Amino acid sequence: MINLAGRDILHGWGKFAFTGIGLGLLIGVTLSMAGIYRGMVEDATVLIEGSGADLWIVQQGTLGPYAEPSSLRDDVDRSIAGLPGVAQTGNVAYLTMQASHGGTESRVMLVGFERGRPGEPAFLVAGRPVSRSHYEAVADEKAGFRVGERVRIRRHEYEVVGLTRRMVSASGDPMVFVPLKDAQEVQFLKDNDALVNERARTAANPSFNRPGVPGLLEAVQASQAQSRQVNSVLVRVAEGADPEDVAAGIRRWKRLQAYTKAQMDEILVAKLIATSSRQIGMFLVILSVVSAAIVAFIIYTLTVNKVREIAVLKLIGATNATIGGMILQQALGLGVIGFVVGRFVAGLWAPVFPKYVLLLPGDALRGFALVMAICSLASVVAIRAALRVDPAEAIGG
Amino acid sequence: MATADHPAIRIQGLRKRYGTGETAVDALKGVDMTVGHGEVVGLIGPSGSGKSTLLKCLGAVIEPTGGRMEIAGEAVYDEGWRIDDLRALRRDRIGFIFQAPYLISFLDVTDNVALLPMLAGVGNAQARSRARELLAALDVAHRASAQVSQLSGGEQQRVAIARALANRPPVILADEPTAPLDSVRALTVVRILNDMAVQFQAAIIVVTHDEKIIPTFRRIYHIRDGRTHEEAGEGRAP
Repeated sequence: MINLAGRDILHGWGKFAFTGIGLGLLIGVTLSMAGIYRGMVEDATVLIEGSGADLWIVQQGTLGPYAEPSSLRDDVDRSIAGLPGVAQTGNVAYLTMQASHGGTESRVMLVGFERGRPGEPAFLVAGRPVSRSHYEAVADEKAGFRVGERVRIRRHEYEVVGLTRRMVSASGDPMVFVPLKDAQEVQFLKDNDALVNERARTAANPSFNRPGVPGLLEAVQASQAQSRQVNSVLVRVAEGADPEDVAAGIRRWKRLQAYTKAQMDEILVAKLIATSSRQIGMFLVILSVVSAAIVAFIIYTLTVNKVREIAVLKLIGATNATIGGMILQQALGLGVIGFVVGRFVAGLWAPVFPKYVLLLPGDALRGFALVMAICSLASVVAIRAALRVDPAEAIGG
Repeated sequence: MATADHPAIRIQGLRKRYGTGETAVDALKGVDMTVGHGEVVGLIGPSGSGKSTLLKCLGAVIEPTGGRMEIAGEAVYDEGWRIDDLRALRRDRIGFIFQAPYLISFLDVTDNVALLPMLAGVGNAQARSRARELLAALDVAHRASAQVSQLSGGEQQRVAIARALANRPPVILADEPTAPLDSVRALTVVRILNDMAVQFQAAIIVVTHDEKIIPTFRRIYHIRDGRTHEEAGEGRAP
């Protein structure tokens, strides 16, 4: 038996191709939306994995350091390091900010870390690790920095000595790793005018400037110009130790909040990007409905344009199944063309997106099944119209 | 019992009423008609006389209100359809030729003709072989692979005739088959219909207004006010 749908598609291939391309662009947008969501989840996962930590210790009652502000004194890590099951600790400071380089500005997440401890870059793709105590940086390549380039961060210039990859914040901002002290200065220190004002106010306070207590004023002023705060202490647990047990001990004895990897993953995926994922979910639903409406309209129009031929087919003995099958196959054919085009363009434009777009084969398969289901559903209206065509329409009068 | 001893089509007292009650219209009030195998008859009448209604009843696309209709001796309608599958009846025992060829635009010439046997369950190769034979008989074999849009009007009408003959039906209904054609082409079509009727032993009923071809029929049925009147035609060679 002749495949009527295939012949019709081949006969009007230009019309089908253009329609398929149009539908494909819409499907490409839909797949990209799914890819953006996957990218956000992947960014969160990479953020957790890339830190090299098993536990995140943050200020009590907060969801820090990524989802909420958290502030700890930087000597907390020493008391944690002595707990059973703790192999290594590392202070980290996080700050999302603008960094200037070559006359342009980039949105980055500044990470202050301690060399050789949890929180440092997981690996390098170019250059070398930070080796000096100040003003050297390792940046994620997505920041657009080059090795050897000088980047201005607040008051100081930093030399980019190395590049890493896929180290981004939960919002997708590339990370720039600098020594902890530098990050603390950037994050917590006041500007020069504020410092001068603060010093003057302190000096004017008779309690800090008492006769017979030399050095008190200088000590107070020095403390105002230093920061001992970090956002989190990252903990690597000893081999064989249960991270949950270690976290429970920290929560109980240190009056701090401790999160395991699973809990941090929950915070990032279920809380931090929950609104975004619902937003994207809404977009996906709307795009699916729009795609269904477009396919239904196209297939319906194609069918209505063939009323006379359908009448002739019915008159000469074609069954409803033959005619319905032809329309269904055309809808599915349009869906296949649209999906192939959509998957192709989604792959083509994914790297151009400022944030990571992760196109998973599983999502593509689910997308394909959804497209086929939508096309089948969309063809129902056209099939109903075709089955209502009276074969008598082929005969005049 | 369908045999060659019976006429290809016999109609007795065929009636068709549209609507009910006071608004009812009797389009056919008792039509009688008999056409033998290999015969071509004309069916003529003014607009609104019931030609199209009769054609639709004969083509099993609308149901008559009463009467009897036999095809090759088998009653297909006798105060009700006697055949369950009207689609198969149309496919296997009635051929249709329309005013315009109404070929399937997305199929080539051969497949337009082969589609009917294929719909009847004939294998692809055999159906195409049969299509090519018919196209050769109608002198359009050279356009077998062409798309419909590449054919002239006359060629399209020949392909439409080939399609009507594809399942070797005993009855062919032709609805104004020469209307869009000039005199020469119209007479050519009539000659082809005559030849095909003889060659395939089909009864061909030609509904027409075309004065050019009316003199070619040996028998003519006039239809007026829902009733047919038979008269002898001139039977001129087309």
